[in-house]
Amino acid sequence: MSVFDGLRFRKVYSPIHNLDPRVKFIYVCAVFVAAILFGEILPLIALFLMSIPFVLLAGVQKEWLRSLRGAAFLATFIFLVNIASSFFTSGYVLTAANVETAAAMTLRFVVLVESFSVFFLTTSPDHLGLALEQSRVPYEFAFAFTTAVRFVPVLAEEAQTIMDAQKARGLELEKGGFLKRIRNYIPVLIPLIVSAIRRSLELAEAMESRAWGATKKRTNLYALKLLRGDFALLAINVAVLAVAIYVRLYVPVPTLSKLFWV
Amino acid sequence: MIEVEDIHFTYPNNVEALRGVSLVIKNGEFVAVMGQNGAGKTTLVKHFNGLLRPTKGIVRIDGVETTKTSVAALSRNTGFVFQNPDHQLFSETVEAEIAFALKNFGFEEEVIEKRITWALNLLGLAQYKKTSPFLLSGGERKRVALASVLAWNPQTLILDEPTIGQDYQQKEKLRQFIVQMQAQGKTVVIVTHDVEFVAECSPRVLLMKEGIIVADGEGREILTNPEVLAQSSIVLPQIAQIFMKLTPLGLPKNVIDVYEAKEAVLEMLEKGRK
Repeated sequence: MSVFDGLRFRKVYSPIHNLDPRVKFIYVCAVFVAAILFGEILPLIALFLMSIPFVLLAGVQKEWLRSLRGAAFLATFIFLVNIASSFFTSGYVLTAANVETAAAMTLRFVVLVESFSVFFLTTSPDHLGLALEQSRVPYEFAFAFTTAVRFVPVLAEEAQTIMDAQKARGLELEKGGFLKRIRNYIPVLIPLIVSAIRRSLELAEAMESRAWGATKKRTNLYALKLLRGDFALLAINVAVLAVAIYVRLYVPVPTLSKLFWV
Repeated sequence: MIEVEDIHFTYPNNVEALRGVSLVIKNGEFVAVMGQNGAGKTTLVKHFNGLLRPTKGIVRIDGVETTKTSVAALSRNTGFVFQNPDHQLFSETVEAEIAFALKNFGFEEEVIEKRITWALNLLGLAQYKKTSPFLLSGGERKRVALASVLAWNPQTLILDEPTIGQDYQQKEKLRQFIVQMQAQGKTVVIVTHDVEFVAECSPRVLLMKEGIIVADGEGREILTNPEVLAQSSIVLPQIAQIFMKLTPLGLPKNVIDVYEAKEAVLEMLEKGRK
């Protein structure tokens, strides 16, 4: 569950929390594009470091570290697969360049996790829904999205209760081999899915009984407006993208191994 | 036997649910844990089969500390029926649902077969043996959950809110069933808000408030004490309310069940006639 913890919003106020979610999302996209553009480690390190000031400004270091720790398993996996594949394709030798590429691929993943986690940690579900709506996403979809986000902690709690109930009936989740352990989760997953479906039906009824969707044109109490900070972040986004594309096209990016060994 | 020595429990989100609880529940006792929402009732009983381990203090079940054994091992002797049956039902048939725990505890095929039939008959579910538990009504699902725990015949039975969603007849059956369990020397612990149900059963009552036990004693004493009950925002049972108001007429104060009330009223009427 630690990965989800790293994505869970907590109500605090900071310059970063107050930024317009749309601009923050553009930032995530800019980092995403930049990370995809480069397979070399140096620019990826730069991208990784770039998000850290945001984390510090928002004061979400603890949660951010937790989400990185949650991603550690998958990151290790990516690193090993990359190492293994380059090891077999380059004739059973392990070169410094290969290790560096593997590290770069892993870092690319970490950068993506990092930027998404900063986004979700500093953006409330309500804000997010508002942003979606004002970006002309149909209200039904915006609502479905925010509801899904809001129910994640509820489901996590429910999963815990179900595990307790099954343990009380003698289920030992950690017993047996790999396949047995996966099978052990069936008594947890089925009640979880069934009650999620049941809950969604109940929610639908409750919403309809309160005239959900009665008017086609909805108005909002709060409207998102771009402020000075938002324009600043927007400028940073454009700059990041411009620099990334320029460097990609016209500047040869050196690899670490070439810088130090040649 | 359940021994609890000055336990404290704090949830990971820093909510302190228990703040120093001590008690002993002997074999064969019938205990009702009462108190307002968030008083720590469910947190307390979850310590009785090791689902929760105290952050401070000791819980011993039959002399064994819960921290030194597994939930599965403790559950063999302590059955726990959760409040919401939907948190545990997952099988294709009611029969398979009941067999689940029996298989986990390593019972043999023939024994499992017998136990299933026994549990289904006990709770009036025999006709649903091959039905999917998801097609049953709320009250029936609740009874399937109870049957699935009863089937392995644990010494102690913990029921979290057993009367919710049950009609009067089912409640009465539940009461008779608890009486029957007691006759067999079983320990029964229920967590409940249902004052009338507790009044009918008159068990030992543990009254909780904000993570501590504020009163522990005979149901008759506690449920007729308005000052103590007010602390936990519990209202007196209706019969106790009537008798409380009629004490000037010479009726006793501590009456909580219908039979006793009838006797007391008759006695007073007799006296009046003479």
